[in-house]
Amino acid sequence: MTQVVVIDYGMGNLHSVSKAIQAVSSSESIVISSNTDVIKAADKIVFPGVGAIKDCMEAFSVDLRETVLEEIDKKPTLAICVGMQMLLKSSEENGGVDCFDILDGKVTKINASKEIKVPHMGWNRVKFLKEHDLLENIPDSSFFYFVHSYCCSSSEDALTETTHGESFISCLAKDNIFAVQFHPEKSQDMGLELYRNFLNWNI
Amino acid sequence: MTLAKRIIPCLDVDKGRVVKGVNFLNIRDAGDPIEIAKRYDDEGADEITMLDITASHETRDTTYKTVENIASQVFIPLTVGGGVRKIEDIKKLLRSGADKVSINTAAVENPDFVKEAADKFGSQCIVVAVDAKLKEDSSSSWEVVTYGGRNRTGIDVQEWTTQVADYGAGEILLTSMDRDGTKEGFDNELVFQVSSSIDIPVIASGGVGNLQHLIDGIQIGGAEAVLAASIFHFSEFTIQEAKDAMKDSGIVVRA
Repeated sequence: MTQVVVIDYGMGNLHSVSKAIQAVSSSESIVISSNTDVIKAADKIVFPGVGAIKDCMEAFSVDLRETVLEEIDKKPTLAICVGMQMLLKSSEENGGVDCFDILDGKVTKINASKEIKVPHMGWNRVKFLKEHDLLENIPDSSFFYFVHSYCCSSSEDALTETTHGESFISCLAKDNIFAVQFHPEKSQDMGLELYRNFLNWNI
Repeated sequence: MTLAKRIIPCLDVDKGRVVKGVNFLNIRDAGDPIEIAKRYDDEGADEITMLDITASHETRDTTYKTVENIASQVFIPLTVGGGVRKIEDIKKLLRSGADKVSINTAAVENPDFVKEAADKFGSQCIVVAVDAKLKEDSSSSWEVVTYGGRNRTGIDVQEWTTQVADYGAGEILLTSMDRDGTKEGFDNELVFQVSSSIDIPVIASGGVGNLQHLIDGIQIGGAEAVLAASIFHFSEFTIQEAKDAMKDSGIVVRA
């Protein structure tokens, strides 16, 4: 039986992520865990993140960090929101934070104005720049639910883009890693479709 | 710009049942919150807000259970408010499956609570609910009221919303207590005053009686999202009808 682990490093509510995966799962076992043995034994990894990026980075113990980096390097991995941002090179949030540097790109603040509200909160279109297995059965320019104040505006690993004032990268992909700025678990049918594609993803 | 304007049905929940009254009088029972939330999800609601209007704290466990049940069946964002006074309350609601928590009276009584909550959980999940009434001697300035509108605080709404935005609120849920339950439409002057003075999203609330009111909240008030309760509960309109009407007026909505 395929085992999917949602990595729990103590930040935020992971209940909604695991419930959404469960809703589309046929036979997979889905666990929320911070246990390094469980993470090593899993077949697929979901890497969520919520809140301030500095707190997220600091929430990792040395052991957990080492295990997660090793496993992300080889297993199908879905990173979500701040989880996505943590895989990039660095973020300017919280006065500047070095991140895991697995995907290309940096995280910068979205420019706010009276018209362009920040946080970027709500449903926005995801425009495809390239094809990908995880976007199967999802029409180009579908709406997904976003909530964030920082974004990645350019990356060699860019897969889709979204516009809020300026364009930013809403999905990145590289080898076994797929990373999204939006919340599939809050994006109704399209989000569930993405989780279904992740469960079916073979690399 | 492609960020869609949001339609948010609101469930006022008392002891585990959805109710909606006119100015808190004449409360009518509108049903089971989980069934109603699912129906709204199916109809294409962009988010759901649940306000616990139960006065006593004895029924908090019912609230957490209701939140958990909604969250496990509905895959759109869920905001929960009503009686949120402590960091522990927020933690419990988030753990039960809420995505955002709305703070009202506790913020007015202790503004630092907003800062503390945003620092701890992130701005993205902290909504400050502001109940506003026209000042007694004015036709263009509003003050914050608490306790269902009974208590005038003297705090200016524009100053207050600017302050809580600085303190890290991620969104403002702005309710006109002059309009709430009247079906006369949002107080769009109030909505515009707030939405044009801060950089965070404003949800307009209070007074929706027809679909044009939703459109006006966005086009005249400048709101990012519109919230309504009774027009959806009693099936006067479906969410889809509301979206179609907004779309026809040139507003970007999620289809």
